[in-house]
Amino acid sequence: MNASWPLYEVFLRGKRGLNHVHVGSLHAADAEMALRHARDLYTRRNEGVSIWVVRAADVTASSPDEKDPFFAPSADKIYRHPTFYDIPDDVPHM
Amino acid sequence: MSMSDDNPYDFLADEHSDDHRWAYGTGFTDPLAGVDTSVPDGVDAYGLASYCVSLGDDALIYSHRLQEWVTRLPELEEETAVANIALDLLGQARMLLGRAGAVLGRSEDQLAFFRSESQFHNVRLVERHDDDFAELVGRLLVFATWRLALFERLTSFSDPVLAAIATKGVAELTYHRDYAAQWVVRLGDGTELSHQRMQAALDAVWAFVDELFRAHPGELVTIARGEVDVVLDTVLATAGLDRPDVPPLALIGGRAGRDGVHTEALGYVLAEMQSVARAHPDATW
Repeated sequence: MNASWPLYEVFLRGKRGLNHVHVGSLHAADAEMALRHARDLYTRRNEGVSIWVVRAADVTASSPDEKDPFFAPSADKIYRHPTFYDIPDDVPHM
Repeated sequence: MSMSDDNPYDFLADEHSDDHRWAYGTGFTDPLAGVDTSVPDGVDAYGLASYCVSLGDDALIYSHRLQEWVTRLPELEEETAVANIALDLLGQARMLLGRAGAVLGRSEDQLAFFRSESQFHNVRLVERHDDDFAELVGRLLVFATWRLALFERLTSFSDPVLAAIATKGVAELTYHRDYAAQWVVRLGDGTELSHQRMQAALDAVWAFVDELFRAHPGELVTIARGEVDVVLDTVLATAGLDRPDVPPLALIGGRAGRDGVHTEALGYVLAEMQSVARAHPDATW
């Protein structure tokens, strides 16, 4: 049966979390079942307040082979980091 | 941890977000640790205890039957789901037997492990063995729908401890019912074979339904069968399944599970469930 149930990726937003975080994956026949499986597998210790599931097949991922052209050009551009600015104390989440 | 004397719900339903009850064992050995278990004036203590034993036995025996499925289900995800449900029910059993034990002067373990068949008061629905997954979800649908209706009524019961246990249970049972309904619809509305097997499972389970609504002097609250039927009929209609028309399981001399009269199946459950505790009486774990 495993072969016929597609893989879903699970994203969870915790009580104190601001955004959904990828926590793992599971098998399910459809999205509704995936939500319930996610509840049973990933919120057993009261971790979450919101769940997203998405079919793994629907995730478009960057290729490891293209690592350099994708990411290397940004490595030496330190002016893109906000380290040259004073951040006021009351700006949250920086 | 502290609680106010008049509101055990706050204690039981507390999210425990910061003290990690399970990881550190707070209340682990006593499910009602810190709860005021005195019986309010005007409530018959023995009647209350007997009723809590009945409801606790339903959860304890059914939890055991669900636990038997662990390692036998076709998918790891379903296994966790069923184990979660079994654990929820075991938690309900512990609190209910603990509540009864506080009145009767017996511990939850004494009640669970040192009573014999005729001293158990669970309905006969919970003691049977599931022959397949369709029976698992069909029986769970009936059980959770019935128990949810009962617990919703109990949330306003005159004993605040039982009312609090029921309030905590409502959220659990709502999920159990949802889990079962999802599968009954999926199988009933699936292939020709899954439909056949789901219908056969319901036919096998339905003989036990009548007993759930049987008038019994020990029942402190009653629910109308129509209240449960309306939910079951909705699920069955969505699944394209027929409500079985089968004769109810016979009473024995006018008595059934609530009177301590059981099917053969309960003996097997107790033999397995009680063997370790009986071989090592007074052991702690």
